[in-house]
Amino acid sequence: MMSDEREAIDTSETAPAGFEPVIVAFCCQYCAYAAADLAGSMRLQYSPNVRVVRLLCTGKTDPIFFLKAFEGGADGVFVAGCMEGNCHFVEGNLRAKQRVQHAKGLLDEVGIGGGRLEMYNMSAGEGAKFAAAADEMTERIRSLGPSPLRPEPGDAEAALQAALDGVEVAQA
Amino acid sequence: MIVAERKPLDEIQQSLEGCKSVLVAGCGTCVTVCMAGGEKEVGVLASMLRMRAKMDGTELDIREATVQRQCDREYVEQLAELGEECDAILSMGCGVGVNYATEVLKTVRVIPALNTRFYGANVDEGVWSERCGGCGECIVASTEGICPIARCSKSILNGPCGGSQDGTCEVDPEIACVWQLIYDRMDSLGRLDKLEEILAPKDWSKGRDGGPGTTSREDAAAIDRGEASE
Ligand code: SF4
Repeated sequence: MMSDEREAIDTSETAPAGFEPVIVAFCCQYCAYAAADLAGSMRLQYSPNVRVVRLLCTGKTDPIFFLKAFEGGADGVFVAGCMEGNCHFVEGNLRAKQRVQHAKGLLDEVGIGGGRLEMYNMSAGEGAKFAAAADEMTERIRSLGPSPLRPEPGDAEAALQAALDGVEVAQA
Repeated sequence: MIVAERKPLDEIQQSLEGCKSVLVAGCGTCVTVCMAGGEKEVGVLASMLRMRAKMDGTELDIREATVQRQCDREYVEQLAELGEECDAILSMGCGVGVNYATEVLKTVRVIPALNTRFYGANVDEGVWSERCGGCGECIVASTEGICPIARCSKSILNGPCGGSQDGTCEVDPEIACVWQLIYDRMDSLGRLDKLEEILAPKDWSKGRDGGPGTTSREDAAAIDRGEASE
């Protein structure tokens, strides 16, 4: 695909005081979703900015999922799947990795910046790894500033709804 | 199939300048298969354009529709109602789709979102490669099914040229020398002697000559219903 990049708008300087990023996480039910659950039962502290969308497999993800989440007001998006080589559907997480890479290019092209999207891998037993991913992504987005799509701090519920709309679009 | 690629977003945005509403129109045939202009790609481009408009603070109402083919009247007409409500249709069909939608829909501007590249095959997952030059008179019976028009960098009919090295083309070591492929194929079929036959200069009047190509089938022509009812 032909693509060009537009320099992402730097919102880090103009971020409103008390800016709290909205992060949407697409999590595989076999690993990251269970890891998030485990993090909860282990009473691990992790960023409350993350809203989780459970998927059967990260191989279900599609670039439109991410774009819709950003359109809806997410400041950052991450995908969390099983360790490479451990996907329940053999290579769903490897597909997801490729799609995340592709969508980073699309976000660069738009000018939102591919750095606002990331892929993580973990197993169901790694509650701490999920918590670390959530915190790392929140910190990364905090330093990047709010999504250039809107000046006001994100509305987490709207971003989550938009993310779900994206899932629906891709399933249609 | 016809293989195409999306144009860069900047170029698309520029060609939509002045439009306040646009119908992003996909095509459900070739460009769906080569992942350039089907329903999914319509969704992605529409989303990218909406985000750009929002970032730039411009007003752009974006609709989406995908029809089975943009090269058949009955399908293109399905775009009429939605398209006419918009300032332009952004076609994600190949160049044929853009031209034909312009012709059929008449009153609405049709703008291309894709660059149409070639006639190709899906040679690997996510990879498409040119296999035919659409030259109007197929000569591959003489080259054992391998087309030097489309696949030789110089389209030569009696190759290889002096630049063929270790099976690759002098133009780019990533490109297989098609005349090496033809040689190997003929060798494996025990037909190397055929290579001694010199191919005569090609009759290009069957291809890019004499204006746009047209072809017809009389048994598929419209029935003259006026006469039939008499
Ligand atoms: S090296 Fe082979 S493919 Fe390349 S121009 Fe010469 S004959 Fe054609």
